Order: sequence, then structure tokens, then C-alpha cells
Amino acid sequence: MFGYEFYVDTSRCIGCQSCVKACEECETHRGVSMINFDFLDRPNTIATAAFVCFHCEDPTCAEVCPADAIKKGEDGIVQSSLKPRCIACSNCVLACPFGIPKIVPEYEQMMKCDMCYDRTSVGKRPMCATVCPSQALAYLGPEEIARRREKPVNTVRFGNEIVRTKVFLMAPAGHDEIAIDITAYMWEGGPA
Amino acid sequence: MKSERSREPLWREEFSIFQADERYVSRRQLTKFLTLTSLAMFAGNFWILVKSWIRAGVSYPVRTVAQAEEIPVGGVKLFEYPGPQDQCILLRPSENSYVAYSQKCTHLSCAVFYSAQNRRLECPCHQGYFSIEDGSVLQGPPTRPLPRVILERRGAELVAIRVQESPEGR
Repeated sequence: MFGYEFYVDTSRCIGCQSCVKACEECETHRGVSMINFDFLDRPNTIATAAFVCFHCEDPTCAEVCPADAIKKGEDGIVQSSLKPRCIACSNCVLACPFGIPKIVPEYEQMMKCDMCYDRTSVGKRPMCATVCPSQALAYLGPEEIARRREKPVNTVRFGNEIVRTKVFLMAPAGHDEIAIDITAYMWEGGPA
Repeated sequence: MKSERSREPLWREEFSIFQADERYVSRRQLTKFLTLTSLAMFAGNFWILVKSWIRAGVSYPVRTVAQAEEIPVGGVKLFEYPGPQDQCILLRPSENSYVAYSQKCTHLSCAVFYSAQNRRLECPCHQGYFSIEDGSVLQGPPTRPLPRVILERRGAELVAIRVQESPEGR
């Protein structure tokens, strides 16, 4: 919509957590941040990564929802769960390959990033993208992203499962997709 | 996209993950539904009322249905009255009394039969029992009494005069 797309470049993240705070400021879910912020390998590195929902083409969270509470709009945005329908069963939390949905126990509801629907639907940038000082989370037009060295990729492969997303990840030059061997991370110590 | 989706199973259509496939009932639709439904209910009730007015004026044929002596005491005779499709049952519970009722149970129209042992009319379908005195319900699911055929004795003949729908004689 409006010619802009969302780009996540974890290599740019400096761990300031501005995005987390900015997300909390939103009126529609004040105090609850929808940013998935991670310290990647804390004993060994200060690297951090901030993620928003990737808004999959075929959203697994919506597919597994038994209450029909997660809906995908025509613009490709996978909305947060509908309050009257969500039963807080955590199916989406377990199913999402990116680990994005979160159950908020106080509300007994799943809440996740809806790419600041109130803002992006009228042509404004999402809150997190407006505050990110290093533009690890960026909401840009195609000509601006073309100037970057990394290449935007929206195909992620988990083993044999290929997930296409609306949000782009910035991959090192020469990579057309991001492949993640989930089982390798399941062992203690992570991939060698 | 659309053709791809139409090949999918029905539940996918009914529980679509797409917001565009949601079907909300608007306030106007609900109001329209309520108005039209209550209008239909009113019309239906009015029609039933008119029908009962018309039926109240129906005249019954006077017809001989049995010879008084052909039925033994405690015996039964089946006959059709007023039309050929309307099964009725004629009882002789004692020497000088004859009663006749429609054989159609007022619950679900099963044929009732006379139980001489229990001195009542019994419907075998759901154990609805009717009194032989006035056709009223003794037990079971029926709520209305059996329509009574009013008999008149003319010499040796039993003559049906009319059908009384309820004891109040509406």
C-alpha cells in the first residue's frame, strides 16, 4: 500500500529498544509492545535483533486458529486476533514459524504486530520504523532499498517448508532466500 | 486466487482466513429480518384464525354408522366420519352407552385403540391415553382431547350427527 514495504535488517540492530517503547506508545494497545526483541547469543555477543510480524502470504497462525479469530486483509496484513473470538488457546503461538504471536495473559488474547494498521492504512510509517535510529526496521520505497548493499528477501525456508512473507528480511548479497535449519537450533548450543 | 480457492474444501470457504470473506450481519439486515419474520408470523396467525372461523360454520352429514345391537358390550366398531378419510372408533362401554371418537391421536395422528382391560383409549406410539367418558387426555404427550363424534340413537340405528372438537363445544 502506498508503494512502501517493511524491511527488517537484523545486522543493523543496535539493541536500543526504541522500537519496543514506540510500539508500547500506540493507543490501540498501550503498554503492550508487539516487537519481538531478542538478545541472540548473550554470553558471547551483544548482538540483538528486533522483529515485527512477517505477515506471511499463507499465515500459519490464521490457518491453525480454531476460533477463526485471525484474519488477513486484502492488503496482505495479518491482523491481531479479534477480541470477541480469541480464546487464548496458544495454537498460533506454537504454530508461527517466526515465533511472533504472543498471548497477553491479562487480556486472555493473542496480540501481535499488525504493522500499525491505523497508520499504514493512511500512508504513515509504522511507529517502530519511525523511531529506529539505525533503520534495522525500515518502511521504505523500492528505490531507497535498492541503494542498500544487502538484498531484500521474502522467502524463508524452514527445512522443506517455504514461507513467503510480506515483510522483507535483508539477506547478504547473493542470497535469494533465507534457509533456517530449525532442528539444528533445537540442540543445546545451537548450530556449530 | 479465486479459482485456486474454489478447489479447496468447504470448511476453508466457511472459515476463511481472509477478512474479505467475512460476512457480517448489518443492523439494517437484522431489522429487516425481524420485521419480515414478525409480519409473516402475524399473517400466519391471522390465516389460522380465519381458517378456524370458516371451519366453525362447517355442516356435518347425518349418517347411520352402526346398528345398536351389532356391537357387544365392551366391543368396538370402526367407521369413517365425516369424510371417507376420517377414521373414527365407536365404543359400547356398557349396555346403554355408546361413544365415538376420532381415531386420530391429537399428538401425532397415530390410530388409538380401545383397551377394554384398562377402559381407556390408548395410543401405542407414545403411550397417550384418553378417557372414554369425554375423550380427555389421561396421560402422555397429547395436549388436546380426542374430537368426539356426537351420536344419536334412532330406533335400532346409531346416527352420527356432528364432530365436537373439544368438550367446551367451541
